[in-house]
Amino acid sequence: MIELWNMLPLVIQILLKIIAIVLPLLGLVAYYTLAERKVIGYMQVRIGPNRVGWRGSLQPIADAVKLMMKEIVLPAKADKTLFLIAPLISLTPALAAWAVFPFDAGLVLADIHAGLLYILALTSLGVYGIIIAGWASNSKYALLGAMRSAAQIVAYEIAMGFALVGVLVAAGSLNLGEIVAAQSGNVFTWFWLPLLPLFGVYVISGVAETNRAPFDVAEGESEIVAGFHVEYSGMAFAVFFLAEYANMILISALTAILFMGGWLSPLPQAWVSGVFLLDDGFHWLLLKTFFFMFLFLWLRATFPRYRYDQIMRLGWKVFIPITIVWILVVAVGVVAKMPPWWSA
Amino acid sequence: MGFEKFLFYCFAAITVAAAVMVITRRNPVHAVLWMVVAFVSSAALWLLLEAEFLGIVLVLVYVGAVMVLFLFVVMMLDIDIATLRAGFIKYLPVGALVATVMLVEIVLIVGPGNFGLDAFPAPPAAGVEVNNTHDLGMMLYTVYVYPFELAAVILLVAIVAAIRLTLRHRIDTKFIDPARQVAVRKGPDRIRIVKMPAVVEAETQE
Repeated sequence: MIELWNMLPLVIQILLKIIAIVLPLLGLVAYYTLAERKVIGYMQVRIGPNRVGWRGSLQPIADAVKLMMKEIVLPAKADKTLFLIAPLISLTPALAAWAVFPFDAGLVLADIHAGLLYILALTSLGVYGIIIAGWASNSKYALLGAMRSAAQIVAYEIAMGFALVGVLVAAGSLNLGEIVAAQSGNVFTWFWLPLLPLFGVYVISGVAETNRAPFDVAEGESEIVAGFHVEYSGMAFAVFFLAEYANMILISALTAILFMGGWLSPLPQAWVSGVFLLDDGFHWLLLKTFFFMFLFLWLRATFPRYRYDQIMRLGWKVFIPITIVWILVVAVGVVAKMPPWWSA
Repeated sequence: MGFEKFLFYCFAAITVAAAVMVITRRNPVHAVLWMVVAFVSSAALWLLLEAEFLGIVLVLVYVGAVMVLFLFVVMMLDIDIATLRAGFIKYLPVGALVATVMLVEIVLIVGPGNFGLDAFPAPPAAGVEVNNTHDLGMMLYTVYVYPFELAAVILLVAIVAAIRLTLRHRIDTKFIDPARQVAVRKGPDRIRIVKMPAVVEAETQE
């Protein structure tokens, strides 16, 4: 089997690996939408989708078929090229960021030194899809949504970047695999504890970055109809949807890797080494990722939408000062070799 | 080396073509977007030079932040393209002269005589174990720490100056301070609970 794999040309090997990452990811996106409707349904004492398949389990496929059959309406005075490539521009970075993402020790497509920087650079590209969509639609609601989204994403990207600076100071590396390795020990040596304020800032900025409730003023259906994608229909709309959910999964998985020890087991290695399901492994990463994905839905069902000026205040006047102060604290901790995180 | 050369020519061609599009597009939004393409493909060129940190930071800073703000402003402009291009023929000779002088200067300084392969031979390829980010950080914070800090302070001065310019309030505007708004508590800020005796005696339910 291994010989057969090694006989394949490198390009084919990489392509097969990409497919092995992207296909499960898109499947997860499809069922994340179902999970969202079900979870929010139960939180609001409803049942949610329950007609297509067993308890609604085929609902995402029905939705996909419906969206594919629909006509893509082009607004009369839209910039047609930009209008059609905008959804792709928002989806591509959300998928490309997974290239440096480690799924287990050594199980990564591209093990580069500056992995964290690469992810930060790619997630900062996602905003172009939204801005271009808003401008190319030639609609005032879309433009307003794009403006709000651009200001919000630029503001929260700084807080998010500073939170990541804290992680890289604590781990001493930009490589995601090494960041996880730096957290090894038990649940208390993971970075959520020494970086607790940054952890909170990162999770909340992640919600704001993905334009999710309660930070979804870019869509704000009660004020600007549907914001940047008001003119989109059919598959073009579906691709925006895919991008949003792929981004949510990416942020959840990154939070698990950066702050919750990735694939590490919460118990000390001495107790669980070799024990089935308790030992370190991909299933722990999956479990942690699913928790943060659930958190996104939980937040949406719980909080009303923030007002725009309050979003800006939170980003610039609360989060950025917190992160700057805590980076200093972490730096002092690292230099002083504070146990148990930096004693080695 | 063959495939790398192929990639270099691909990205170099994209960079040049995108740069030409930036200065020929009539629509400023299209021009900004072509500039984004030029930045991304020059980042790819830097990656081919094994400068992974610089390549990624180019995308992160210029594409991810600077050009977003550019686009933000350009999208809001209502530019009359006809008046912008009205003086094109009139200014063409002066523009051509300036362009020629600049081109000659650039060729004199960075021409093949000074920057050719004889003067700067291609460095041997560094292995994958060389950590670009780490090496650059060590240089910046040890050997070049004073110039680096000086540049940071100059940028800080620019930020303070720019922010100071926005800090002017008209007295007659009904300015909302969200910080004061969110600090409001139910009591005693918004409601006051007054104790008072019952006026009519409550009827007892039977």
